[in-house]
Amino acid sequence: MKLYDYILSPSCYKVRLLAALLGIPLELRAVDFHPGGEHRTPALLALNPAGSIPILEDDDLRLTESAAMLVYLASLKSSDWLGRDTAAEAARTEQWLSFAQRLTASLGGARLCEMLLRPGDLAALQAAGIAALRELEAALVEQRLRGERFLVADRPTIADIACFPYVALAPDGSVSLDPYPSIRLWLRAVRALPGFIEMPGIHRLHELKPEPVHGAEGEPA
Amino acid sequence: MTIGAMRDEWYPVGLRSKVDANGQQTLLMGEPIRLHESEGGEIVVETADGRRLPVVIGHGHVWTSLGQPDKPLFAIPEADQPGRRLVEVGVVRVRCSPLRAVENFLDIAHFPFVHTDILGAEPHTEVERYEVEIREHEDEVWATKVKFYQPQAAKSAAGGITTDYMYRVPAPTCSVLYKTCPARPGEWDVITLFVQPLTEELCDVWPWMALYDDVTPMTDLIHFQQMIFLQDRSILENQIPRRLPLDPGMEIPTRADLTSVAYRRWLKRHNYTYGAQLVAQ
Repeated sequence: MKLYDYILSPSCYKVRLLAALLGIPLELRAVDFHPGGEHRTPALLALNPAGSIPILEDDDLRLTESAAMLVYLASLKSSDWLGRDTAAEAARTEQWLSFAQRLTASLGGARLCEMLLRPGDLAALQAAGIAALRELEAALVEQRLRGERFLVADRPTIADIACFPYVALAPDGSVSLDPYPSIRLWLRAVRALPGFIEMPGIHRLHELKPEPVHGAEGEPA
Repeated sequence: MTIGAMRDEWYPVGLRSKVDANGQQTLLMGEPIRLHESEGGEIVVETADGRRLPVVIGHGHVWTSLGQPDKPLFAIPEADQPGRRLVEVGVVRVRCSPLRAVENFLDIAHFPFVHTDILGAEPHTEVERYEVEIREHEDEVWATKVKFYQPQAAKSAAGGITTDYMYRVPAPTCSVLYKTCPARPGEWDVITLFVQPLTEELCDVWPWMALYDDVTPMTDLIHFQQMIFLQDRSILENQIPRRLPLDPGMEIPTRADLTSVAYRRWLKRHNYTYGAQLVAQ
């Protein structure tokens, strides 16, 4: 399975992360997104007319949407990760996969402006990103009240992987995560998953820190 | 805040290969500037009110100054050796003092914690004794005989090796790092950090490399360095105080920080204070 990859792309990282968590080996083909702009060259546009990365190829299957790649990897390996146990769970998973596109457009856009000097209305992107974070925070509070640590269940699913990178990297676009305690606990829970891999800007948990204990944080005494 | 003595230094403002007739806007020490390539192929850098600034092309980049540099752009003779691949890593913006960006580059002790399993790994965290000097004739800060255990020192490194390093600060916002070249023992790989000060707390960083490595695809070389630098970026943006303290009292140096101490002393001696905090608060 071959991933057209960029080390700094949160969308590519979603695929690398889920593959690592599921133990699926990937062949990585580095794309010179910055400063080379290789994703807009004829060779890459022939693979993906949208001119975006990642691109995932497996035999005659070619995927250009990261959400579809997450569904594919999870379907190959573990139905637990698909988040489809009940009708409601399946629908909520789809809801978050779509929500992740808002994160890409807002927080991801702010990050590209701030970090790689791509054009864009930074203030508007940050405002849209903050609105999305507030929505996510509220949803995670609800989840915690239900006794569930992740977005659609008490186990991680592709919904978490789809939303995790752009949220974790919000500070790259000068959007602080300080106001969102539930988001920070959720980020920590994802980083604590066995097999977790990092990307630049998302650090692994340090071994000296204790693992988060389910139910011990944030509950009234 | 006045710019002080740093006004008359050279700063990188763009990749030479990316500047064309359409030109590009940027900022140098708070002053908006524009650079473009003239019809004759010459690079022109101007302020908003049309003042032409001095220009030199070197080390893959366009360099300019708001003042009158009295010396040429520092040389990197090793980078001119034939057979090296010159890697234009591209710009990364960082919300930090330009001096902090250089100081972090000079620090070895953070490798196991920030660049885990690449440039360092626990439990190999000790920084062995090394030598630091301010070379009076060259007027540069040098750290030599630096050794550090690295799991993956370079893209071309197959496994863990003890890597030798030399660090050099030839200009207030530039550092050149020489390190063991896995592909050609006896030669040094050249890895630089050129920092463009946009303001005292904002900079554009232009990493650039001159490596002996005939095997690794160029994109992988770029990505390796971007990965390393982006691991630093989130740390740099959270350092407090935001400006680099030049007076004692704010931060307590340890043996591993000898290069940083010498860098700060050298900055202070030259009144290079753009991005610095002068009185401990």
